[in-house]
Amino acid sequence: MGIFAMPSLGADMEAGTLVEWLVKPGDEVHRGDVVAVVETQKGAIEIECFQDGSVLELQADLGATLPVGAPLALILGPGETAPEPKEPKAPAVAAKPEVAPRPAVADKPEAVPGPAVAAPLPCGATPASPAARLRARELGIDLATVSGSGPAGAILLADLEAREPDAMRVQTTAPMAEMRRAIAAAMVRSKQTIPHFYLSQTIDIQSARAWLETRNADRLPSDRLLLGALFVRATALAAAKVPSVNGQCVDGTFHPSDRINTGIAVALRGGGLVAPALIDAGAMSVDETMAGLRDLVLRARAGRLRSSELTEGTITISSLGAVGAEAMAGVIFPPQVALVGLGAPKLRPWVVNGAVVPRTVVTLTLSVDHRVSDGRQAGRFIAEFQSHIASPETL
Amino acid sequence: MTKADIRTAFIEELIAIAPDIDPATLGEDDHLQDDLELDSMDVLNLVTALHRRLNVDIPETDYPQIASLALAVSYLAARI
Repeated sequence: MGIFAMPSLGADMEAGTLVEWLVKPGDEVHRGDVVAVVETQKGAIEIECFQDGSVLELQADLGATLPVGAPLALILGPGETAPEPKEPKAPAVAAKPEVAPRPAVADKPEAVPGPAVAAPLPCGATPASPAARLRARELGIDLATVSGSGPAGAILLADLEAREPDAMRVQTTAPMAEMRRAIAAAMVRSKQTIPHFYLSQTIDIQSARAWLETRNADRLPSDRLLLGALFVRATALAAAKVPSVNGQCVDGTFHPSDRINTGIAVALRGGGLVAPALIDAGAMSVDETMAGLRDLVLRARAGRLRSSELTEGTITISSLGAVGAEAMAGVIFPPQVALVGLGAPKLRPWVVNGAVVPRTVVTLTLSVDHRVSDGRQAGRFIAEFQSHIASPETL
Repeated sequence: MTKADIRTAFIEELIAIAPDIDPATLGEDDHLQDDLELDSMDVLNLVTALHRRLNVDIPETDYPQIASLALAVSYLAARI
């Protein structure tokens, strides 16, 4: 039997409010099914189930604000049967209204085998007591940013308390202020813990533009491609060649990812930013990538993303769009280890075959986590990206 | 379809994409990208919605001709 718990949807998330159940006791569920909707700083998020089985019991009430790790439901694994009820029940009635309502906050969230506990312990990372380590994970605090008062400088539970009041304040202000806070928490954590370095290259995109124009000329609007889709494909293909920029770094240990889930920084009207991942972008065609982007941007703006899209990104792309500044050195979205920053396309004098000609160019700046890779790998990534953009038929 | 109908249709589809735009303060010559901050995905979604609603296929090369409310109304009126 498994416990379906409130997931952590980012370093900055401490709690979420349950707003909708999409399953009821007895329903069959599969890994990846959306089973609930939780309101967070990043809008309403569809929460996916992590295992196959059937729903035994819903343990959280609608409207309850619950900390990360709190149990939401009990899931019976395939072949498992429900434990015998302690007292006889009326036959064939699954849910009984006279059951006492559960407290909004679970009694012992630390006892839940959620992802916070399941993650591998760091090797050679900051010394800390197990309780402090767990609490830090729950609060999204990076232990490297805390000074310890225990033996040999080990971090104790008490060392985290100073950080808690601020971190625990959730949904007391307007949604936009909450989103700002979420961005602030992630970016502060990134800049405090990830030693960034940056490599830039200005890339001639004339052939990609021409290819796009030809391809779109006889297509209806609903089937047209955007330059952004080509950038996502070029990123996925380059990441496949340079695995050290694709993955997540947790507690100082880099976990390269077989799948390439490109995070897409989406600016929200009225302010704010989310970077949901296009899951398995490495396996998509250009057309599939474009369809995926349209869907992702639409749902990001409507505030209806999935939990996996917020947690499983492996490399992020941030593009300034059609108009604006020519370059950006971006901040890596933790726990990822690289970010592709793309400036707006510009018409510039360019040397082609010994002659100066006007060309449309884009400046790519790759931000990289120096704990994980060096300039050589970053340079290879940029070279791969450039060669695919120069030959768009390879995308 | 009158110009007033086209105008209404354009404004409705624009607001569906950018709900924070107030039709009362939307200027005739406000530029979709420079003033109203639509990105290329927004423009493509607007063109897609106009195609669906008015059955006018706006090719990419004509995007500059729908870059504001005033421009779009006269462009679309000539093609319906």
